[in-house]
Amino acid sequence: MSTAGSSVTRQHNKDLLRFLTCGSVDDGKSTLIGRLLYDCALIFDDQLAKLEQESRRFGTTGEDTDFSLLLDGLEDERQQRITIDVAYRFFATPKRSFIVADTPGHVQYTRNMATGASTSELAVILVDARKGVLPQTRRHAFICSLLGIREIVLAVNKMDLVGFEERSFDEIATRFSAFAAGLSKASIQAIPVVARFGDNVTARSARMPWYRGPTLLEHLHSVTVSSGDADRPFRFPVQWVNRPNGEFRGYCGTIASGTIAPGEEVLIVGSGRCSRVKEIVTFDGSLDRAQAGDAVTLTLETENDLARGDLLTDPAAPPEFVDQFAAHVIWLSEHPLVPGRSYLLKIGTRTVPATVTALKHRIDVNTLAHLADRTLELHEIGFCNLSTAAAVAFDPFEVNRDTGAFILIDRFTNQTAGAGMIAFGLRRASNLHWQALTVGREQRATVKEQRAAVLWFTGLSGAGKSTIADLAEKKLLAFGRHTMLLDGDNVRHGLNRDLGFTDADRVENIRRVGEVAKLMTEAGLIVLCSFISPFRAERRMVRELTAPTAFLEIFVDTPLDECMRRDPKGLYAKAKAGRIPHFTGLDSPYETPESPELRLTTVGTTPESVVEHILDELRRRNII
Amino acid sequence: MTIVAQRPVCAGAQIKHLKRLEAESIGIMREVVAEFCNPVMLYSIGKDSTVMVHLARKAFFPARPPFPLLHIDTGWKFRETIAFRDAIARRLGLDLLVHANEEGRARGINPITSGSALHTAVMKTEALKQALDRYAFDAAFGGARRDEERSRAKERIFSARNAEHGWNPRNQRPELWRLYNTRLRDGESMRVFPLSNWTEQDVWEYIAAEEIDVVPLYFAALRPVVRRGDAWIMVDDERLPLEPGEHPEMRRVRFRTLGCYPLTGAIESAAATPAQIVAELRDTSRSERHGRLIDSDEEAAMERKKREGYF
Repeated sequence: MSTAGSSVTRQHNKDLLRFLTCGSVDDGKSTLIGRLLYDCALIFDDQLAKLEQESRRFGTTGEDTDFSLLLDGLEDERQQRITIDVAYRFFATPKRSFIVADTPGHVQYTRNMATGASTSELAVILVDARKGVLPQTRRHAFICSLLGIREIVLAVNKMDLVGFEERSFDEIATRFSAFAAGLSKASIQAIPVVARFGDNVTARSARMPWYRGPTLLEHLHSVTVSSGDADRPFRFPVQWVNRPNGEFRGYCGTIASGTIAPGEEVLIVGSGRCSRVKEIVTFDGSLDRAQAGDAVTLTLETENDLARGDLLTDPAAPPEFVDQFAAHVIWLSEHPLVPGRSYLLKIGTRTVPATVTALKHRIDVNTLAHLADRTLELHEIGFCNLSTAAAVAFDPFEVNRDTGAFILIDRFTNQTAGAGMIAFGLRRASNLHWQALTVGREQRATVKEQRAAVLWFTGLSGAGKSTIADLAEKKLLAFGRHTMLLDGDNVRHGLNRDLGFTDADRVENIRRVGEVAKLMTEAGLIVLCSFISPFRAERRMVRELTAPTAFLEIFVDTPLDECMRRDPKGLYAKAKAGRIPHFTGLDSPYETPESPELRLTTVGTTPESVVEHILDELRRRNII
Repeated sequence: MTIVAQRPVCAGAQIKHLKRLEAESIGIMREVVAEFCNPVMLYSIGKDSTVMVHLARKAFFPARPPFPLLHIDTGWKFRETIAFRDAIARRLGLDLLVHANEEGRARGINPITSGSALHTAVMKTEALKQALDRYAFDAAFGGARRDEERSRAKERIFSARNAEHGWNPRNQRPELWRLYNTRLRDGESMRVFPLSNWTEQDVWEYIAAEEIDVVPLYFAALRPVVRRGDAWIMVDDERLPLEPGEHPEMRRVRFRTLGCYPLTGAIESAAATPAQIVAELRDTSRSERHGRLIDSDEEAAMERKKREGYF
């Protein structure tokens, strides 16, 4: 082994190519990268000594050096001999600099593969020559294509184990090309390799004279990838407002696309107003021009109240600005995607609440067929309509990765639950204007001498929600208040009779009730809602939906044992007999409210005294 | 070894590459300031965190970086580093917090008799956790780079830590594009690594291009050292016990990384400027952390420390 030689520099910073290796388990991804670094003499002596020591201990290659150990940096990875998470390596040859993301092949770590792919320009997809194109090969190829990768290398590995046969290679390459024809505009270079021994990695293999194409390294050197970001219309998401003193007000951000110069006009999307750039401020002096990728601070000629999340753009080529759009979504969470549930959507520097209003179809990664489905499970890919709480500016992902990509964040676990690529805006928001009305909620409530409010009763079946809500309404009526009671069972006989009790249906049930409650508060009513509503996410959704109306979450806190003892409708008995699936508290969860406005206990007290608590609270809040 | 003091061949592409790294780091820092309530920047005095501080000045210009610097003082840093730390904070007008684990100090924990593992656990990891808790920081910048070490190569740029500051490498959040998920629950915190995609070579090229001051220990000079294993250990003060037959000798050495002095090996070198270091790195056959004794204690030393809350 020669040491890192002087003919090859470790980091020589020509143009940079970011690529990833992916493909199914044990197809040799880490080994290929390890071999590439070794052949380029890019492994330090002390790392090599450690590698040889570890190869003897953990390695799977007998007496030979196990190159994958260079990449598998986690303890679990070395012990289990698998790759769990993406590893980044940096290297350079005299011709080019590279950042390579070595990604895991196991299905359960697909989200880590997607992480590596999202910042890559080229994908090396490995296939074991003995096994051919596997479902995971197709899944990775599809994800790479969705994430915008247009350059694919199909590395058919372990050619030594199929006797270096040209026919095996051709078969795999043909089969893969047939599949990839269904993906958008990817160019494919197939290369037969033996990663472990370096055939066609950096040096041409004498054992496969029939192959006349480039080696992997030759291809990585010659492939051209151009982002073209600077040539597209100007997009600048405001990241942070810099106000060190009263005189200076600068907008910090990284230019997503296009270029900008002082004096040029910019459109502030959403406001419809324009301004001109006064100065491009940097620590190293003001600039005459800045372009895509530059992190700068802009000052404007006019006073504008811009904030983080606003977007400055070229007025001649504005982005779309709507609150409904269609997008591909890769689901990354163990908790399935539920249409109707509220997530946080982060696009550029903007974060807004959003819901998937419809799952148009799920995509089978093997056949690329469109399938009807109601939810997306972990690592499934779907095409969805989304609705955001406020209009957002975007470009289709195909046109601009920076302004067309978003993530969805679970509001309770804070996990990154999904990754999305916007396809097109749905024009409904622009065509459907709010009718401005002269009489509003306030006026309607005032003539009734009350304030509109939502009293949301939540708790287990049999907790006493309906009994308490019913009695509370009777009392309110006796005081001359105008009320309406929405009850779970009753609503399911009419408005929601098409819904069942799956998680997805429960969410839709509550969403519809929330919309009805909102209309009734618009009418100035005190609306009492009695629903098990087991999920925090949906209770929060109704609270946000009906804002700014007063919303009281009233937790009727009766222990499960007591509810089962009461069992007023005999439902627990049926559920225990297995005749009602998805029964809350038994085989479907109830998420206890974390900070309800009122928490009521019903054991050892009477409904009358419980209702008095509620009325006191309403008086305290000046609702009655 | 011959030292060639020359600028890299294609300076244009070089500068473009460094600009790209710089912009990425600045974007990350601004995102943290926009999204978190109480961030802090860990300042180890080393070249990487000195570059990070320089980038922070750029990111928020004309404002000053809107967060303090925090230095965890193990009591065993090279003397020159402490002087450098105080001078830089004063010169740049930055708030500097210094925290030491007083309990550990009282117990007499030190890298020589306690062993490097215990010393690191108590005086670095524990001390860091104490400081983060005491000031209730919700985000902490660190200068770690992915090319340093293979468990670092696995970490996200925004790395969520639990209420005990621990890292869970088996369940990292997906991190797509430049869309960093900054949401935390009460008690959780975020470690953020703006230099994730820089290499040692990039750092030195940037130091040379931007003329950034770094601790003189990085540059070759005659220093009193003793040979331990295959490392040169500097006799920085009288606390380093000499073994029988050991005599400090003057050697022309420099450091590639700066940890606690009894744990950090120097290399023989004549590189006395950033440009000479850049040239030297192109020809070296040893990795940067080769001189760090704490990493070689056990195979997965770094990962284990990070799980326990280390940076």
